[in-house]
Amino acid sequence: MRLELSVTDALAETPWWLSAIKAVVIFGFLVVSTLVMIWAERRVVARMQQRVGPNRVGPFGLLQGLADGIKLALKEDIIPTAADKAIFILAPIISATTCFLAFAVIPFGPVVSVFGQETALQLTDFSVSVLYVLAVTSVGVYGLVLAGWSSGSTYPLLGGLRSSAQVISYEIAMGLSFVAVFLYSGSMSTSEIVSSQDRLWFAIILLPSFLIYVVSMVGETNRAPFDLPEAEGELVGGFHTEYSSLKFALFFLAEYINMFTVAALATTLFLGGWQAPWPLGGAIWAGANDGWWPVLWFVAKLWIFMFMFIWLRGTLPRMRYDQFMKFGWKVLIPLSLLWIAIVATVRAVSNEASIDRQDILIWGGVALAVLLVVSIVWDYVSGRELEQPDDIDKPFDPFGGGHPVPPLPGQQAVAVAVVASPSNADSEVLDA
Amino acid sequence: MIELLAATPQTSTGEAVAFWCLAPIAVGAAVMILLSRKAVHSALWMATTMIVLAVLFIMQGGIFLGVVQVVVYTGAVMMLFLFVLMLVGVDASDSFVETLRAQRVAGILLGAGFGVLLMAAVSRATFPEAVGVGAANDAAGGHVEAIAEAIFTRYVFTFEVVSIVLITAAVGAMALTHKERLTPRRPQPEQSVDRIRSAHPTPHPSPGVYAQHNAVDTPALLPDGTASEASVPDELRRQGTVRYTELEAANRRADEDGERE
Repeated sequence: MRLELSVTDALAETPWWLSAIKAVVIFGFLVVSTLVMIWAERRVVARMQQRVGPNRVGPFGLLQGLADGIKLALKEDIIPTAADKAIFILAPIISATTCFLAFAVIPFGPVVSVFGQETALQLTDFSVSVLYVLAVTSVGVYGLVLAGWSSGSTYPLLGGLRSSAQVISYEIAMGLSFVAVFLYSGSMSTSEIVSSQDRLWFAIILLPSFLIYVVSMVGETNRAPFDLPEAEGELVGGFHTEYSSLKFALFFLAEYINMFTVAALATTLFLGGWQAPWPLGGAIWAGANDGWWPVLWFVAKLWIFMFMFIWLRGTLPRMRYDQFMKFGWKVLIPLSLLWIAIVATVRAVSNEASIDRQDILIWGGVALAVLLVVSIVWDYVSGRELEQPDDIDKPFDPFGGGHPVPPLPGQQAVAVAVVASPSNADSEVLDA
Repeated sequence: MIELLAATPQTSTGEAVAFWCLAPIAVGAAVMILLSRKAVHSALWMATTMIVLAVLFIMQGGIFLGVVQVVVYTGAVMMLFLFVLMLVGVDASDSFVETLRAQRVAGILLGAGFGVLLMAAVSRATFPEAVGVGAANDAAGGHVEAIAEAIFTRYVFTFEVVSIVLITAAVGAMALTHKERLTPRRPQPEQSVDRIRSAHPTPHPSPGVYAQHNAVDTPALLPDGTASEASVPDELRRQGTVRYTELEAANRRADEDGERE
């Protein structure tokens, strides 16, 4: 049974007490999710690294996050002498408050009935809600920068500057990846973007936008492999080096909730939001998109992204800072601009000249195929071949350059006599 | 803003309450920009004013304007300001000595004069009958659509001129700060090969940790008690601020005396 009320109307008629309940529920959802995420991250990374992970506090170690939180709260709260005290206290507050705000416009589900009142499962929605998320995250950056500056210490300052430069750069790529979605959905309101994906997810038709967004969302949240602001090897702890106790906990909380925010935005803009995944919706199970079921789909999609965050952290080493910035400015942003130009052209042509979109896609595909063939032929004609290392034929020298080295691909390893060291004098000298 | 509110007779109670709560914050923060002693504090008060103004815009129905104000001004422009302030290191050591005589008095007078001028101009201006944002939005079929239509039809020339000015400024900034490399860039593989072939492929020894000092300027001690030069940064050695142990310092003085004689 689908309730016949548009999201805007349902939100406009929502009484204040229901909005208050929604706000509290969103807050609770995020805090509990953070606790679960801390546990999940440690367990999953542990599994990826052949360890067990936390398993002492509560069943399966589930209460580990809570225990850590209590421990953090009971730690001594240090404010360095050189710190700018007011801003030092303000910075974590800015970080931790702004990160919650973005979730106000994320739709968890369609219009449902709560206590006899019809309302949409999102706190609010307006014509530019996606831009609002961008605005809130850009205010959140102040927390990082001010924390770095107010600590009155070199490493935090460098970390703060790094993180702000990183977040601002990747926010541009992120904003550009939204443009194609706006063009296709014809709106910047989250609920309308979700409803315009009822047939096909934007992750499929706008795949380049989706990929750019996924990369930039990892950069935006300062997570591995882009966790340069707190690169321990270079900056001790980055912007939060001088923070301890609950102030540090606030930064920690903000980082995790920011992850949930970007993941929720990715779900909403590209993965159809709360709509049931493909085989379920409509054909197999007519009721999959009604009532409270969509909340389940939404949370499931959210956690796919959260798992991806953990997976990346367990898999990839940290990038070098200059490579990372180069990637953002010289690869992601030009690619997004090119893709927007293509999308806008295709849309304009199919709207104005009444050419079928299928024709455009077919001819575009043909052009790409021709380009590919030409480039392959060109490679043959110009006679360029894969460069082989010139010393491939030489016999393998296990001490080339004065240091023990492994054989190059194609070289034959020769067994070398190992001379027994004085510590294991009993072992025999091995022969080839 | 006051003029606008006065012109529309039906200001709702909620709007009035929000206005009288937010307006003092905006004005107070604006005054604090001038009164703050640290440049970073001024920048923060500026950001506060901008956010409060954005909230006022949103309250008046200009949602797009309010949100873009936060994204562009608070998020990008002020952030760049902060960036520069932090990089050039303007902090507690700001000087408050007037370099130009009577600059402060002249500044206050000019500011007050400008304020009077502005108020006179705004209070004497005649506004057309306000139709409200709702009517303008309905005419174009939506809030964002209305703004898009205004920018890309009626004001398209102004819009393009503004973007040309911005691009020129960006290119100019890049041209001014561009620096030619004097030496060719050495890629990481080359550096690592050089390092392995150098006499010292492992990391340098870390600086010393002693009862009195624990910092990068304290060199580690070799087994014979002399300081290891490799354990302190080159820059500190050049500045001559390396903190040697007393014995080592005495030895060094003796060496220098010996060289001089």
